[in-house]
Order: sequence, then structure tokens, then C-alpha cells
Amino acid sequence: MSVLLYTVLTLCALGIVLAVVLYFVAQKFRVEEDPRIDDAEAILPGANCGACGYPGCRGMAEALVKNDDISALYCPVGGATTMKAVGELLGKTAPEREPEVAVVRCAGSCALRGDGTAVRARLNRFDGARSCAVEAATYAGETGCSFGCLGNGDCVAVCAFDAIRMNPATGLPEVDQDKCTACGKCVVACPKRIIELRRKGPKSRRVFVSCVNKDKGGVARKACEVACIGCGKCVKVCAFEAITMDSNLAYIDPVKCKLCRKCVTECPTGAIIETGFPPRKEAPAAPVSPAASASPASPASPASPSNPATVQAEATPLVKATSAAETKPVAEKTSVAEAKPLTEAMPATETASAAEITSAAEPSASTSTSVAETPTPTSATAPTIPTIEATFETPTPTEKE
Amino acid sequence: MLKSFPKGGIHPPDNKISAGAATSVLPLPATVTVPLSQHIGAPAVAEVVKGDNVLVGQLIAKPGGFVSAAIHSPVSGTVLAVEPVAGASGVKGMAVTIRVDGDEWETSIDRSTTLVTDCGQMDPSAIIAKIAAAGIVGMGGATFPTQVKLSPPPGKKADTLIINGVECEPYLTSDHRVMLERTAETLVGVGLLARALGVSNIYIGVENNKPDAIEALRRTVGDLVRFLPPIEIVPLKVQYPQGGEKQLVKAVTGREVPSGALPIEVGCVVQNVGTALAIYEAVHKNKPLIERVVTVTGKGIARPSNFLVRMGTPVSALIEAAGGLPQDAGKVIGGGPMMGRAMSNIDAPVTKGTSGIVVMSGREAARRTETDCIKCGGCVTVCPMGLEPYLLARLAQKQRWDESEAGGVTDCIECGSCSYTCPARVPLLDWIRLGKAEVGRIIRARLNC
Repeated sequence: MSVLLYTVLTLCALGIVLAVVLYFVAQKFRVEEDPRIDDAEAILPGANCGACGYPGCRGMAEALVKNDDISALYCPVGGATTMKAVGELLGKTAPEREPEVAVVRCAGSCALRGDGTAVRARLNRFDGARSCAVEAATYAGETGCSFGCLGNGDCVAVCAFDAIRMNPATGLPEVDQDKCTACGKCVVACPKRIIELRRKGPKSRRVFVSCVNKDKGGVARKACEVACIGCGKCVKVCAFEAITMDSNLAYIDPVKCKLCRKCVTECPTGAIIETGFPPRKEAPAAPVSPAASASPASPASPASPSNPATVQAEATPLVKATSAAETKPVAEKTSVAEAKPLTEAMPATETASAAEITSAAEPSASTSTSVAETPTPTSATAPTIPTIEATFETPTPTEKE
Repeated sequence: MLKSFPKGGIHPPDNKISAGAATSVLPLPATVTVPLSQHIGAPAVAEVVKGDNVLVGQLIAKPGGFVSAAIHSPVSGTVLAVEPVAGASGVKGMAVTIRVDGDEWETSIDRSTTLVTDCGQMDPSAIIAKIAAAGIVGMGGATFPTQVKLSPPPGKKADTLIINGVECEPYLTSDHRVMLERTAETLVGVGLLARALGVSNIYIGVENNKPDAIEALRRTVGDLVRFLPPIEIVPLKVQYPQGGEKQLVKAVTGREVPSGALPIEVGCVVQNVGTALAIYEAVHKNKPLIERVVTVTGKGIARPSNFLVRMGTPVSALIEAAGGLPQDAGKVIGGGPMMGRAMSNIDAPVTKGTSGIVVMSGREAARRTETDCIKCGGCVTVCPMGLEPYLLARLAQKQRWDESEAGGVTDCIECGSCSYTCPARVPLLDWIRLGKAEVGRIIRARLNC
């Protein structure tokens, strides 16, 4: 009995002595830290993505507290609201920045169409390690376009927000703009530098060149139907001098662009993409299809009341040339934010099926993305091809050597 | 007991099915495409423009820097274009396209087959100047400009010349045929190399799966004993990758090249037999490097052959001459099956480094599905550089470049032994190559700033 008693007493005494020692040690070696750092960290999103340039949210919080001028610090994940809250907490002027979103500047779908062709045909197969970085270091890629998306999904792997997914049918990544925080990790991960952070734009409306091919027009066009061929038509049509041409590639300055969309209709290959706009009204009236009346849903927004899959299924009969195999994966995909809407893939005036969809769709203020989302222009692009060839025969002055 | 290198190594089936095929001259193609970057270092700078008429052996591009090589026209005809052309990897590089018209050679080139044996009297700097003028590069595949290799940096002195007749890559037989058919010329080239370097220890390393080559070399050394410096033929135990410079130095001399250093650090210079032949032709026949022996082989190829090919000939023409692309062809590999790279464009031209074209069937070439690393250490055992491939691959996947560098990724010779041996079929070399490229970039950036 006494053994037990002594044991317990010894342990208790030990505990008390050590507690006292620890108390004084803790007093002596206490790290003085600004309590506001903890408060600021609590406001920050806690994603620890590093998009601000600091090692995690703690590092950012320390920088925010330490620096008097925080105008250079910005958390793209939290955005304006977070920065405002932090600014109020610390009594500093919070920086303001336009919200941005990642856009994939390659629309060259590798999906096979009914006739065995593809917008950007695969010419060989890469069987090495499934990594864009490895593939880019090895050779030019599976398609004829040495600038285009390699499709191994390095961008998907680095995204901490599940905002980017690979579309297995097209072999292209698709960004969910509601989840994308513009942290820029995918931009760095892409060895082809295809992904760009662009201003989200009013009502998420954006116009951009969805191509990074710097080859001469003929070469680019041969590799991919929707390549920028550097013809310069968009530069001429733009009233705001927002478009510049460099090495056979057009670039639209998001600050200067007034979203007039003239360039979208002007582009002979459909390389310029508009997103977030309601369907065009100027399309010639076509018989309203009952199926399309359900369309003003936003396939890009999972929060949309309407089921995107239903929309897709209903829209399918209109897209006559789309093979079932091609449409199915699209229907399963709900986040097709950057996928090329059918309406943009071709001049609307030339394709009846496109016109049907566009005109039938009710522009809805509550939804922001356009209607029939299909990742590939269907064979309806066929009528546009002669136009494109004609462009090659008469090179425009802007076409470079 | 035959010599070999002690660390790592594998024994893939050697499949030298074209070994018995005597070298035949491939007919001239209709057009040739001569890339301006056929060597390690700065691309050459074109000296011709569209419309120019050129002769065989005429200089068409001068070296673009110290580590660079001149390029000569392999054919006579008219320059059709000087513009970027897609190479074997689909990546575009500047190239001169020439339409072939007849076969008019520069008059300065001696086309006779008379053997010139002089190699002891020439001025070393004159030999090196002629090598530079002929645009000779390492013909084993690494394509390092030879004149740079023969000019050791200040303070370093070579005492040993090792000629690489190992040809450890499975399938390839181009060096084997050169040793058999052009023995005397090659040996005079070796003598010229020794003279240029001022060395007296000369070895020719040949794996003992080529007994006829060893025999031919020994006999010819005996025949030419009055003209040549003493040359020792060293038969080596068959083991891949014995043709690697550092492995060959270790196997022949027992010296270990330190990590990150070149063989010159231990007084050795390694040159390929094909390079020795090119040097003979350049010095004694004034003939620049415009053609080389290329093995075209593969189990599905009707006539596995060794062709003497002008540079710039499309690879597809070689395959056609060997019986055409088989029905079940899955991969066409430029170089050997271990270190070569699959070509995405078989109309790409033969270049100075093209030692062979291996056509593999879809079944042979298929990569099996990758599974998880089982930590068996097989890759560590076979790595001839003593690296830890599984770790380097993992670090590359995680983009941890600092640790990759510390792990010696830049020492990797990309021999592929690790990927070959991996029971989990992890594409180790793919990742390590990425790591090597990235770390190399980081190191260069560090040196520049």
C-alpha cells in the first residue's frame, strides 16, 4: 500500500515542480507577437495557397501587420471583401483590385467528330509520364500545334480549389469561374503558358483570344481549326485599339477592351471567344424550338436552379452533327465555364442550328453564361472553312514573315 | 577477366540483327533538309540564301559560337529555303533545304580511296583547325563539337586517349561496321587524334560481342605498326552503358571521373570510332562531315541495314530503303532503344548524331501501366552513376529542385537503366530528365547573375 502512496506522491510532487519550472521558462522565453497577426490571419481565407507571394496566410498576416503601406499586398483568394476587412482591422487603406479569373487560352479540342476529324487532330501518342512538364520537355506534343494544350492536367493537379478540371473528351482543362480564386498556380504550372489571369469583367463578361499559337497563319490553321492565324482583322475592326498583334498572335488588352464583341464576329477561325454574354440578339430569327426554351440556365454555375445536364440533354437534338459520344461527357460536366459556346464557334448567320439555339434562348439577367455549351464546334463549322482558305490566299499586310 | 565498369549496369538483349549487313550507299534523295543545330552548343549561322547553288562539301553555315560547329552542304543543288523546319521531336529549328541536282563535289575534296597514313608529323594545331573547319562533332550521339574537346581548358593536360568502339546500345551496328570496313582509316584518324592531343597512351575499347572488330583492329594495328603510335585494343565485358564516357574511362583505365567533371579532369579524352574516321577524312581528304553510317533496324524491318547516308536525308527514305515501315510499327526511335527518342516526325532529317533508326512494333514499344514504387532498390543497383533514381524521380514530381540538385540529378547520363529495370514500370527517366533540365536551368541562371 505504501509503495502505491509513495509513487503517487512522487509523481504529484514532480508534476508540481515541473509546472513551476515550465511557468517561469515560459515567462522568460515568451515570444512577443502582435495579437493583430492572429486576428488578421483569422480573416484571411486560410487556403495557404501562396498566391499572395507569402508562405501561407500566416506569412501574409505578418506582412499586413508589419507594413504601414499595404497597397502592394493582396489576397486574390479572399478578394476585395477580405482585404477591406483586414484594412478595417488594422486601420490601413486596403488595396483594391479587379477580381480576376484564370482563362485557358486554347480551344483546340482533340475530340473526334463523326467523320473522324478533330478541331486539333492528334498526330501521335505520348506514352511517357503523364505530365505536361515532362511532355513539353520531351517534344512538341501530340498535335500539330506546338503551342497548344498538352492535356495531361498539370494545372488540375496544382489547383487547391478544385476549380479546374480536365474534359476527357476535348483534352482541354475547363475553369469553374465560381471556384477560381485567381491564385495563379495553374498559370505557373502550365509549361506552355496557356492559362492567363484576366479581369473577371462586368457580370463575368470577357472577350479574349483563345489561342497562343505564334506560327504563321497557314501552319497554325493546318494544326488547329480554331487557331489565331494572325490575319489582323480583329485589330482593324477594334475601335478601342485594345487588340495588338505580336508574332502572328492577337492579344486583347482586358483594360482597353470595351466588350463590344466586334472582333468575335470578325475572327475567321473563331479564335476569339466571348464568355458570360447573353445570347446575341442580332442573330436572324429562327423558329423557337421548345427544347431550347429551357436554355437560359447557366451550365457554369452549379448553384443554378436549372439542372445543366437537363439543358444539355435537351439541347442535343439541335446540335445535329454532334455525335452522342461527344456530347455525353459534356452533359456530365457542369463546369464548362471557358468551353467554347457553339454560338461563338462560327458566324451565327451561317448555321441554322446555332441560330436556333441563340434566338430561342431568353437573355436572363440572373444567369451570366451563354446557352448551348459544347466544347467543340460541330461539323457546322464546315461552311466556314472556304472563307478561311480564302483568307490565306490574300495575305493581309499584318501577316508577318 | 575482361574489364568493365564496376558500378551498376544492365544486360539488355543486344539484338544486333544488322551486324552482318555491309554498309551500302543510300541513293541521294530529291531534297535534303540540313538543320543548323545538329550539335551541342550555339546553332550555326547560315551562309547561304534561297536560290544559291551549292556543291557537295561547301560551307553553308559557320559556327555560331565557341561551342558550335560548321555545317557543309551534303549534296549539290539549289537552296530552296532557309527557314524553321520541324525536327524529329516536332520542335522547329532553322534548317537549309536544298534541292539535289547531280553530285558535284568541291574540287578541294580528295574522293580517292588511297590510304594516307601520315599522322606523326602534322602540327597539332593544324589538325585541330582542320577538324573545326570540317564541322566534326562527337558521332556517338552526343554531338559535342570535337575541336572543343581537343582543346583542354588551361591547366588541364590529357595523357590518355580512349576510342569508343563499345556500341553498347542494343540493335545499333554503325560503329561496328565502321571498325570492320574502314579499319585502317579509323586507326589513322586515331593517330591524328593522339597527335593533336599529344598523348601516348591510346586505347580502343570494344565490347567482346564484336570479336571480328577486335580481330580486324588488332590485325590492322599490326599492319600499320610503322606509321601509327602504339595503340592497345581493349576487349570489354558486355555491359550497358559501357559506351558512356565516364563508364568507359573507368573500365579502361580504372580512373573515376568526379561528379560534375569531364573525363579531362582525370587526363582522359574519349572519342567515338566514327569521329576518328571523320577526322581522317577531314585531315587527309579535306572532306567535311557530310555523311555518316546509320543503322536501320528493328524486328519488323525486312532488310536490317547499315547505310552510308548524306546528312539531311529524310529518315523515311532510310526506312523505305530497308524494306519499308512494317504494318505493326508502333514507334520509330532515333538512336538506340535505350537512349534514343521516339520520333514524332519521320520525315525529319538524318543529322550528325543519328547513329541509328530502330523501328519497334506496337507490342514491343508499349509501355506497361505504371504501378506504385515498391522500394525494391532495383534502380539504385543498376544506376551506373550511383544515383538514387526513385528519389530523383519523386523529387522531380514534387518540383523540389534544390534537393534534386543535392541528389546529383545533373550527374545522370540518361542511360535509362533505371526505367528498364523497374518492376513497377515507373517512368523514372522521364521524370529525371525533367529534373535534370530544370536544375540545369536553375544552375545556369545562378551562374549568369
